[in-house]
Amino acid sequence: MQHNIVCFRTRHLDQPWSLENYRSVGGYKQLERILNDKIPPEHILERIKQSALRGRGGAGFPTGLKWSFLSRGKPIQKYLICNSDEGEPGTCKDHDILMLNPHQLIEGMIIAAYVLGTTVGYHYLRGEFWHAFQRCEQAIKEAYQEGYLGKNILGSGVDFDLYNTLGAGAYICGEETALIESIEGKRGWPRFKPPFPANYGLYGLPTTINNTETLASVPVILQHGAKWFAHLGGKENGGSKIFSISGHVNQPGNYEIPLGTPFSELLNIAGGVWKNARIKAVIPGGSSMPVLPGEVMKRTRLDYDSLSKAGSMLGTGAIIVMDEHTCMVNALACITEFYYEESCGQCTPCREGSGWVTRLIKRIEAGQGKPGDLDCLEQIAKGIEGRTICAFGEAIAWPVRSFLKHFRAEFEYHIEHGCCQVAARVR
Amino acid sequence: MSSEEQIIQLTPEICQAIDQWVLKYPPEQKRSAVLAGLRIIQRAYGWLSDERMRALAEYLDLPPMDVYEVASFYSMYERKPIGRYKLAVCMNISCHLCGSDNIIKHLESRLGICMGETTSDGLFTLRRAECLAACTDAPILQVDDRDYYKRVTPEIIDQVLEQLHQAGRKKGRDDAT
Amino acid sequence: MIKFEIDGKKIQAKSGSTIIEAADAAGVDVSHIPRFCYHSKLSIAASCRMCLVEVENGRKPLPACATTVTAGMKIYTKSHQAMQAQKEVMSFLLINHPLDCPICDQGGECELQDLSMGYGRTSTSFIEGKRSIKDKDIGPLIATEMTRCIHCTRCVRFCSEIAGLRELGILGRGEHSEISTYVEHSMQSELAGNIIDLCPVGALTSKPFRFKARAWELRARAGIAGHDCLGSNINIHIKRESDSQPERIMRVVSRTNEKLNETWLSDRDRFSYTGLYHADRLARPMIKQIGKWQETDWETALTVATQKLQNVIAQNGAQAVGGLISPNSTVEECYLFQAWLRSLGVPHIDHRIRQSDFDHQIQSPLVWSTCKCVQSLEETTSFLLIGSFIREEQPLITSRIRKATQGGARVHVINPVDFDFHLTLTNRCIVSPWGMVCSLAAIAQVLFGNDKKKLNIMPKPIAELIRQQKPNTVEHDIARDLQQDKAPLILLGALAQAHPYFSYLRVLSETIAIEIGAKTLHLTDSANEAGAWLATALPHRRIDGVSIKEPGYNAKAMLAKTLKSYCLFGLEPTYDSAYPELARTALQQAECVIVCSAFKNKAMLEYADVLLPIATHLENEGSFVNIEGTRQSFQRSVNKPFAEARCGWKVLRVLANFMGRPGFDYQTVLELSSELSRNLENDLQSEHIPPVDFKPLPTVSDNTVWRCGYWPIYRNDSLVRRAEPLQVLTVEQDLAKLRLGAALATHLKVNNGDRVSVSSDHPDAKPVTLQVLIDQRIADATVCLPSGLPDIAINGPLSVVRITT
Ligand SMILES: Cc1cc2nc3c(=O)[nH]c(=O)nc-3n(C[C@H](O)[C@H](O)[C@H](O)COP(=O)(O)O)c2cc1C
Ligand code: SF4
Ligand code: FES
Repeated sequence: MQHNIVCFRTRHLDQPWSLENYRSVGGYKQLERILNDKIPPEHILERIKQSALRGRGGAGFPTGLKWSFLSRGKPIQKYLICNSDEGEPGTCKDHDILMLNPHQLIEGMIIAAYVLGTTVGYHYLRGEFWHAFQRCEQAIKEAYQEGYLGKNILGSGVDFDLYNTLGAGAYICGEETALIESIEGKRGWPRFKPPFPANYGLYGLPTTINNTETLASVPVILQHGAKWFAHLGGKENGGSKIFSISGHVNQPGNYEIPLGTPFSELLNIAGGVWKNARIKAVIPGGSSMPVLPGEVMKRTRLDYDSLSKAGSMLGTGAIIVMDEHTCMVNALACITEFYYEESCGQCTPCREGSGWVTRLIKRIEAGQGKPGDLDCLEQIAKGIEGRTICAFGEAIAWPVRSFLKHFRAEFEYHIEHGCCQVAARVR
Repeated sequence: MSSEEQIIQLTPEICQAIDQWVLKYPPEQKRSAVLAGLRIIQRAYGWLSDERMRALAEYLDLPPMDVYEVASFYSMYERKPIGRYKLAVCMNISCHLCGSDNIIKHLESRLGICMGETTSDGLFTLRRAECLAACTDAPILQVDDRDYYKRVTPEIIDQVLEQLHQAGRKKGRDDAT
Repeated sequence: MIKFEIDGKKIQAKSGSTIIEAADAAGVDVSHIPRFCYHSKLSIAASCRMCLVEVENGRKPLPACATTVTAGMKIYTKSHQAMQAQKEVMSFLLINHPLDCPICDQGGECELQDLSMGYGRTSTSFIEGKRSIKDKDIGPLIATEMTRCIHCTRCVRFCSEIAGLRELGILGRGEHSEISTYVEHSMQSELAGNIIDLCPVGALTSKPFRFKARAWELRARAGIAGHDCLGSNINIHIKRESDSQPERIMRVVSRTNEKLNETWLSDRDRFSYTGLYHADRLARPMIKQIGKWQETDWETALTVATQKLQNVIAQNGAQAVGGLISPNSTVEECYLFQAWLRSLGVPHIDHRIRQSDFDHQIQSPLVWSTCKCVQSLEETTSFLLIGSFIREEQPLITSRIRKATQGGARVHVINPVDFDFHLTLTNRCIVSPWGMVCSLAAIAQVLFGNDKKKLNIMPKPIAELIRQQKPNTVEHDIARDLQQDKAPLILLGALAQAHPYFSYLRVLSETIAIEIGAKTLHLTDSANEAGAWLATALPHRRIDGVSIKEPGYNAKAMLAKTLKSYCLFGLEPTYDSAYPELARTALQQAECVIVCSAFKNKAMLEYADVLLPIATHLENEGSFVNIEGTRQSFQRSVNKPFAEARCGWKVLRVLANFMGRPGFDYQTVLELSSELSRNLENDLQSEHIPPVDFKPLPTVSDNTVWRCGYWPIYRNDSLVRRAEPLQVLTVEQDLAKLRLGAALATHLKVNNGDRVSVSSDHPDAKPVTLQVLIDQRIADATVCLPSGLPDIAINGPLSVVRITT
């Protein structure tokens, strides 16, 4: 299996982030080729579509299709935004791309800007990424010096200015319209859609937003060809993907491997479940995605389609492994508490529901559960799901519903006995 | 007709640093620099006082409420004085599975404070952090919104505290960027 | 138009309408979609999620307030899916909301209460602790109980979008977010009270009304607001008489009139009722006997008044009597006032108590204003505003202009103080009162200064003034912008009206308007200026519109000449007149002063001989004519005005009866109104009036200092001056300072905090000692010292003053 061949292709080098090292693996060659050969943007767009690249930010939207929404023709300012807000619990891949290979992201963004006809781009990093921000500032400075950024890039007549910006601690700013509001200097309150950013984005102008990993994949796709990339994964599941595997494994880490790799293989790479314990549950795509029993995961491949067939989603590719000693009530409380803390507070169901579920689960955990609580929990989750402005609502509802679906007995035990089944068994 | 309150001015260095950010955005979108402005001020003084936020609003030509709303929305902004060092421990699922509870207990007992409080010597404030995007290196401690300490154990915590204790005696804050 | 279906009924709507707009337009019998955050006058938030409806083939329910209708759409507002969604949102709203409606001040008029009844399901399943939030003190008008807040953000959007002031915001995040002013302080907006109406729950309620009555104990009567020239429509809420208390006005709220106030109301109109039962209120007629006041019955009081007045007339002739009436009086009162006095032969009748320059009055139009432009304000793209603190004078007209500016309209201002209007101004000429005239002349010069023909037909001093100007870039800019605009609007405010060269401002602005095809509108800071003109409470014109050859004295002259007797109606000249010093002297020296008033004051008790208590506009009947010339009638809200007070028209009628005047036999106000209407409908023909001479240009030396003496919003008339919650907002110590710019301060060699004395520019004027406050907003050669304040009586709100250090 091929490791680290797309976003992490400099990883094996000493100081993998340097411009020199990036060039040594073919960096900026694609940009130069495109500009020198004046390759029409439509051709590149076609390549991206063929590569079956799907958004790595969580929703998995086909990137080529997204790019085609931004009408090239209109002579107004348009923007490209890279989303490095990375906040979904379990997810930590973008941070590594920024630290290890910032130039590849920049090259990807310049190419995207060329395809989209945008002359200004913003790279939004979450506020906690101070060191990654410094690294990106340095990389952008170098790119300007080399003439890859700014006016008349490499004498081609193409302009593109790129700026790093920082958030200040708000998970919701990963949601694309909240992120736009945040760049505008506002609270990160997601906007009602439609209009979508492609029509009404940053400062009310057409905007395309992509995840870091999505954009950083572009130069490699163009280097090795769309087919090569598509064939790395299965059908409609092009490429390789960084999986952040965390939790109860021996060697947690970010592994860039082809989509479609069986989960069990990744688990092996990550050294297996820690302390020789048995696997109990896995959340395969960041904490907002539905949890699956370990046994189900062991039979599942890691790609968009297989995971959705199994009843969950690939999400950000953040895989959280829980061993047999994990109390699922406790785990769910921890997850919903995050969403409770991070709800932006705009929509009623999310603002009120997030606190409600969290308190209810904590009550059950504390042994104060009552009959009917689980139905109520289910009801609240259903009341949030699909009723909110942004997908954050689902991010609270899905964990609740999936934990109840797969581990209901454990919750019932808590309510009935006022204590934890797992802890009892461990004892 | 009122408006006679004395207005606190931002220092030239802070203004300069903010100007660098203003340049990143279209000229009519100075508001975009609010987040950066708040961060710069917080970096310089440790926290955001009402007067300084008002001064920032003035500097960026905004109603003060625009600034206050932002300052209260984002969790990295401190609107009350805090300790010289902010210790933030991630408590979300990956870190939780890897024992962040113990780390917090250890910190609480070492510092003699509870989550959210500041030590009596004004050196440390303990904070809950939401997922810091380093889940594969759980559990995580972040100091002063910048430096990550990965896979922390009570022993590592002790070392970090010792280091910060030493350094903390030296006065002053670093760059205002 | 787009065709679609709601709940199986075929409907049409304008393309681009949202589902909720279309449903509301179709009427409640089609469907009523529940909502909290949606408000037709505010931007769309789509955040409460109460309005979720099912749309055929939709994946999930959609918010009706934010979803636009498309052709053929099938919408279900009562389907299982829709009801399920609405019910669940309701249960989310209730978990953190106190369920103690019986003790909530909003009980009985709460949108949440009403809606939750409809859904039946209470959230009994919620047993976790409820969130509680600390209440905020946001001033004397609005009580907060933020635990009840459902985060609909209507109030926040109102403040920034309509009031133009980002006073309220959402602080914090998620469940912890709170609506608040950041630093606790009183809200500054003069429209803040509207958030009481907007708040769908009991989080924001009226502080003065708090716990005074329950909604169902009140009956509502329609009324017309009486503090500015818009004629806002109001509902007056009255608590029925009980054993312990007579019938009382408990509250005033807005009544929708899209043409005028939309759904809003200014705080002045909303809270002035709190002054109704002030200790100063005149409860019974009073007469002064050998220097001592005593309450008496109407019969006695009227007899005394009649005798005294008849005595003066017998001895000195009717020429020795003057009549001043407040422009806040009804048309009927103005009409009877002048009819009564004229029937006695009294020639000196006026309502223009704030005017200083009456030149050219004969030439002024018969009707005050014919420009129907309130509704079109929002579409106007260029404004020239002359002499007005418009935000305080006309809060709601300002909000319409604000909306225009949000759409890109330009507003240019000529003012002696750089007042803050909470709206974006394009150009500002901040100049001394005389400078205002010059700036306007400079604009005229840019527009037609080279056209000899046009200048030659103008009155000489005005033509000369235009020629003298050297327009600066701002004046050039304004002129260009007005010229290029399709339909600019020139607004003259209360400061223009009080200007010692008002006639110049008027002629100049009209000349400019004609030149560029603009409309002009005179904004007055009284409720019925236009009505008072129509009813000819004026010295120079008869009710049939014919001008009087030898007019009586105007409001200023009447006071300057110290007549033997004065009849005052509805005003307190020592506060309300442009000439408070003159007023005090003249009234004190007069032999007989008869006052019809709702309130007494100290000075009044010194100068008056008979006090006849009358109704305030909230208790009165009659009509007001607003700035657009619309006459709005209103009936008595209460069975009878306070204590022994009577409606003003009745008092005037009976006075006429007592004096044996024929023809004053009206039984009802309607009779009177219809007679008046007949009179007014008679073709009012403007006669040709030969031009009169204008007064010459003033000599302005380097040392001339002008005063800007605007009337602060809550010092404007008798009733608001007694509305205590509004007075709390008026910090007198702040107002009673002499504000001036740094340049003038240097010139006068004074510093912040120094005490100086100020007086009008005549030899025996009494100086007032005041603290200096340096304020960059004041024009050169100008000091700002408001009018209508106690113990500060200086003649001439915009005239030359003397300052001694
Ligand atoms: C609550 C929420 C949080 C999100 N956080 C992130 C994030 O941290 N990073 C990210 O790339 N996308 C995030 N997304 C997804 C973005 O909205 C958006 O779909 C994505 O940036 C598009 O990029 P892609 O098409 O390249 O995936 C989030 C979405 C939601 C609803
Ligand atoms: S769903 Fe939650 S996070 Fe998303 S906009 Fe609504 S309140 Fe904010
Ligand atoms: S009324 Fe539509 S979401 Fe609130």
